[in-house]
Amino acid sequence: MFGDYSISDLSSIFVMQGFAGLILFSVFVLMALGLAIIFGQMGVINMAHGEFMILGAYVTWMTSNFFQSHLPSLFAGYFFVAMILAFLASGALGMLVEWGLIRHLYKRPLDTLLATWGLSLILQQTYRSVFGAREVGVELPEWMMGSENLTDTIQIPINGMFVMGLTVLITIAVAYIMFKSRWGRQVRAVVQNRVMAGAVGINTEKVDRYTFALGCGIAGIAGSAFTMIGSTGPTAGQLYIVDTFLVVVFGGAASLLGTIASAFTISQAQSTLEFFLSGSMAKVLTLLAIVGILMLRPQGLFAIKVRK
Amino acid sequence: MAEEYEKGLHSPLRRKLLMGMAALPALSLLPRPSLADVPTSVVNTTGLAVTDSEVTVGILHSVTGTMAISETGSVEAEKLAIDQINAAGGVLGRKIKFIQEDGASDWPTFAEKAKKLLVNDKCAAVFGCWTSASRKAVLPVFEQYNGMLYYPTFYEGLEQSKNVIYTGQEATQQIIAGLDWVNKTKGAKTFYLLGSDYIWPRTSNKIARKHIEGHLAGGKVVGEEYFPLGSTQFNSVINKIKLTKPDVIYAIIVGGSNVAFYKQLKAAGIDLSKQTLLTISVTEDEIDGIGGENIAGAYACMKYFQSLDNPNNKAFVPAFKKMWGEKTVIGDVTQAAYLGPWLWKLTVEKAGSFDIDKVAAASPGVEFKGAPEGYVRIHENHHLWSKTRVGRARADGQYDVIYETADLVEPDPFPKGYQ
Repeated sequence: MFGDYSISDLSSIFVMQGFAGLILFSVFVLMALGLAIIFGQMGVINMAHGEFMILGAYVTWMTSNFFQSHLPSLFAGYFFVAMILAFLASGALGMLVEWGLIRHLYKRPLDTLLATWGLSLILQQTYRSVFGAREVGVELPEWMMGSENLTDTIQIPINGMFVMGLTVLITIAVAYIMFKSRWGRQVRAVVQNRVMAGAVGINTEKVDRYTFALGCGIAGIAGSAFTMIGSTGPTAGQLYIVDTFLVVVFGGAASLLGTIASAFTISQAQSTLEFFLSGSMAKVLTLLAIVGILMLRPQGLFAIKVRK
Repeated sequence: MAEEYEKGLHSPLRRKLLMGMAALPALSLLPRPSLADVPTSVVNTTGLAVTDSEVTVGILHSVTGTMAISETGSVEAEKLAIDQINAAGGVLGRKIKFIQEDGASDWPTFAEKAKKLLVNDKCAAVFGCWTSASRKAVLPVFEQYNGMLYYPTFYEGLEQSKNVIYTGQEATQQIIAGLDWVNKTKGAKTFYLLGSDYIWPRTSNKIARKHIEGHLAGGKVVGEEYFPLGSTQFNSVINKIKLTKPDVIYAIIVGGSNVAFYKQLKAAGIDLSKQTLLTISVTEDEIDGIGGENIAGAYACMKYFQSLDNPNNKAFVPAFKKMWGEKTVIGDVTQAAYLGPWLWKLTVEKAGSFDIDKVAAASPGVEFKGAPEGYVRIHENHHLWSKTRVGRARADGQYDVIYETADLVEPDPFPKGYQ
């Protein structure tokens, strides 16, 4: 396969391929972080996760339009404003959904699956009615497009590096909130033993609501970031939901570290296989491997021992 | 005639009208917009939903679900055509009334709704379907209940039915002229074939490969790859393209993947003003989602572009925007959908009847001189003779038309030597 190419060609391709794998890794982590909190910490199977992401994408699109028509001089920086707004919008919707729907179903985890799936259909049709059935194009400021030339032959996509940076930041923030802050301690206490947590004075309902909102808000940021690399349409959330669950379940539902490790494994396997095989075959082999490993280790890569 | 009157007028007015029948010769001088010139019993012998003043047709597309993105434009075009036909006096003097059903991006639903339109509503024609999967699902229904379907999408070919008129291109019409053009003007020899993983891109790439290897001097395929529908990650294949340095990237990617592909191509530093990319799956509709700045410079091979410079199109584009908004764009399939109602009207008037069998038999040879793409004619095989064109994407989301075939290209749904 590589006989015809020069060493310098090959080495620059391998560098770029390495970056492609890392970018895919960041995309996976970003997709999965919100769900890892909701599914991992609260045990809620949120099938509408993709639609929370797309809400973030639509908020970004609206912000971009607003800046273009009202504040064109600040357009270069609109994306940061858009991400904050996306976080707030998706988080607020998450809070509303938790209050109106999820909290009534905590004792019936399988019913949350159906309820949130219904919610995802409702949200899709709402987007279609509000924003139209067609996809919308989100315009990016000039500096976020194109690539950085490391050498003459090595080009690294700027939006990919942006996603990587963002992922690192958000992962650190989430880890800090969950493991260092007082509120994170409360969340973990509620997860481990809801009754005891309530007994020592933690407002478990409030903790639930904010945890769910945090997960949805992160989904909103992810959706906002993905306008750089993917499409924004009423059903675009469906493109992400399978990969997202795959990463979270494979990693071990309750473990943030597991999510990261699993995103890394899957993304590297997939991007390497994609390079040597075709896109469809790479996906098939990756899925087969995951199924095989989950059969041997149903709890996922990392599992926390929890007193039931 | 008297029979027609009795059917239509069960009101107190009837007696007065009957009394006035003596004055009928004078009445006939007045305009009679609601009364058809030809008796319904003559033009409708098989019990279709045709009255003296109205004829019912069906529109069957997805307006919900994942395909709504693509099918919305077709619905809009068909409604515009029906509006215009009605304003011009209708079909055989009868106004078109349409019943719209939603296929909901679900193939069994398409079949069910098709049956409803044919069996319950007795539609004289149905304009609809978009994906090949939905067409395959309704085909047995149309053949069993003898309906007439006008199908707008460019597709893989390998099909022909008495009950379907294909107003889009079959694969060879879209592929071969484009490859010849890129070979001749760009001297392109090496091709990297890409596609979403389902029947249309696979069949199209198969034809493309046969043509490249068999008919282009020095033609060579250096890669061929497919991605699951909805894939959003293309960085690995983009690296492979960088490694193999093909003269042409030949891309048949559809749906949300399209957006991801072109954004990542641009982000990876592949400059479409230098790297030739030829696609048969990106119309003006798709560019709306992709963003013009991400795809500017790419070539597309279609039969229609919104920017086409001819009198028909100059009337069509403003009419479409007036009805559906200044911001809407018109892609190849939208135009093909617009042809459906017009071709049906012309065929019915040629046949002098709404009967399905007579319409099917009269279809070959029907020509539509008012087509926005210029001129089309129905072939014996129920596909259209039409020109093939190459356009180059601009940053504003429109195409510059840079090449068109000198003659109409013959539709060939079962191409010999390409299967």
